[in-house]
Amino acid sequence: MFKKILIANRGEIALRVIRTCKEMGIKTVAVYSTADAESLHVRFADEAVCVGPPQSAKSYLNIPAIISAAEITNADAIHPGYGFLSENANFSRICRENDIKFIGASPEMIDSMGDKASAKNTMKAAGVPCIPGSVGILDNYEDAVACALEVGYPVMLKATAGGGGKGMQLCNDEEELADGWESARREAMACFGNDGMYMEKFIVEPRHIEIQIAGDQNGKVCHMSERDCSIQRRHQKLVEETPSPYMTDDLREKMGQAAIIAGEAVRYEGVGTVEFLVDAHRDFYFMEMNTRIQVEHTITEEVIDYDLVKEQVKLAYGESISGRNYYPKMHSIQCRINAEDPARNFAPCPGMITNYHQPGGHGIRIDTHVYSGYMIPPHYDSMISKLIVTAQSRDEAITKMSRALDEYIIEGVKTTIPFHQRLMQNEKFRSGNFTTKFLEEETI
Amino acid sequence: MNITEIQDLIKFVAKSGVNEVQIEHKEFKITIKSDISVKRGRAAAAKALELEVQQMQATMPIIPMAGAPQITAPVAVQAEEPEQDSHLIEIKSPMIGTFYRRPSPDKDSFMEVGQQVNIGDTVCVIEAMKLFNEIESEVSGKIVKILVDDNSPVEYDQPLFLVEPA
Repeated sequence: MFKKILIANRGEIALRVIRTCKEMGIKTVAVYSTADAESLHVRFADEAVCVGPPQSAKSYLNIPAIISAAEITNADAIHPGYGFLSENANFSRICRENDIKFIGASPEMIDSMGDKASAKNTMKAAGVPCIPGSVGILDNYEDAVACALEVGYPVMLKATAGGGGKGMQLCNDEEELADGWESARREAMACFGNDGMYMEKFIVEPRHIEIQIAGDQNGKVCHMSERDCSIQRRHQKLVEETPSPYMTDDLREKMGQAAIIAGEAVRYEGVGTVEFLVDAHRDFYFMEMNTRIQVEHTITEEVIDYDLVKEQVKLAYGESISGRNYYPKMHSIQCRINAEDPARNFAPCPGMITNYHQPGGHGIRIDTHVYSGYMIPPHYDSMISKLIVTAQSRDEAITKMSRALDEYIIEGVKTTIPFHQRLMQNEKFRSGNFTTKFLEEETI
Repeated sequence: MNITEIQDLIKFVAKSGVNEVQIEHKEFKITIKSDISVKRGRAAAAKALELEVQQMQATMPIIPMAGAPQITAPVAVQAEEPEQDSHLIEIKSPMIGTFYRRPSPDKDSFMEVGQQVNIGDTVCVIEAMKLFNEIESEVSGKIVKILVDDNSPVEYDQPLFLVEPA
């Protein structure tokens, strides 16, 4: 087993990884920027080294600094957490070149899954359902019309070089397609200098349901069931739960098998997640594959009774998976607590936490790096804690979450705790009948 | 306590990195202070200090003396630098890596104690990922102390040299 793992991350996930390493008898090295000198992950690690100034680019994203830190501490593996360098193919490659095991995907895997168009082609070829659409770029307007007739309206015209919602046009019929063809291409040319367009069927009010997978070096992949992450604000997840209130045993089997096929098609090693969109007919479509541990891995751990970080480390070392799929035995919900002011459009609120008291009791788990007296630095993302509750049923989990949120005291900064308290009382949320449009349409 | 024993004690305190030790014995009282504090990385310094205190308490009785010595006060550690050093400027490491005093093993060190340094002069080399980075001074003055051993790991912002500004 690895002797020493360097955690190339900060905050709650760094602490999460350090805890599992300690249980496994593996020594830990924390890296930190000068802004994080007082952070909990620095204190809990066996060793800690400062890698740079507060800016992420010069510290947590600074590949030479991270590799250098591993060199001088003699770490034999690096765990990248999530975000930062966790899906950076270059970093994965450099670790390999420097004889340091990257606890994550290979550079080839990251490259192939990172290119959305090529990932989709790989999945299609493997028989995983994908959002119907054009094969590559549309040649001309006639091509667009033909494609739209084939996949069925409504359709999305999307710029191949696009991003940030630019160069996209929703078309409900051929008339809108005629307009859209001109305007979307104009916008794409103006924003990206490239007016190449492709087309996808527009999935009306989808649910975001993802499947956790694990794969070993023998090419075997298994799944650990789903997580519903439809509660999102501007594509940022706020609440996650498992099992999904929309799931049926049949759908879980189908999606689980699709995720396994996806993983085996690319010989996926490690833990990863296959994200799907599920429509009103319970048809599901591949969206993307995340080749890292996710923020919401916690709820899966609680309902299947499994340490996913431990599995990650073991798989990276070359061990095999059990070969079983795992199914939820309980119901678990996670609320991401951010240092943001819900009343001021979720504006970030860094600053000093003057008083901190976290909830406790049966079925409560808190993953956090903050404490009373901690100064939240302004340089990084605003998530300060993850409150995870687990209970026998969804109703009980919601009741428990309300009770826990009522006990949660964080003073000195504004947090999203009041927002989550209101959300737990919301009728539509409680009914379990929501899609990714939920937060756009409901006032919480 | 004879002079050899006192010399040994002084050497021990200096090597330990502790700033000040007071020992009271029925026959004598001795205070030893080291003149310039040696700074290390935060976590390393805290651990090192603990270790030194334990070592000190374990090894003290071995030094032969007339009677059993009592360390009456716990080891007093100065958090701040002694007053006479407050005007000195630190050259800090701009990166994490391995510190080398010379451009290559067969050449001379870039800097020695007492040497004049000007802005832009190379003071050391720090190696990371097999790349050797020449570190240039941002101050002018005289090198008063070299705080890190040759071929040892250094962190970002770790003090490397103390310079008496010109």
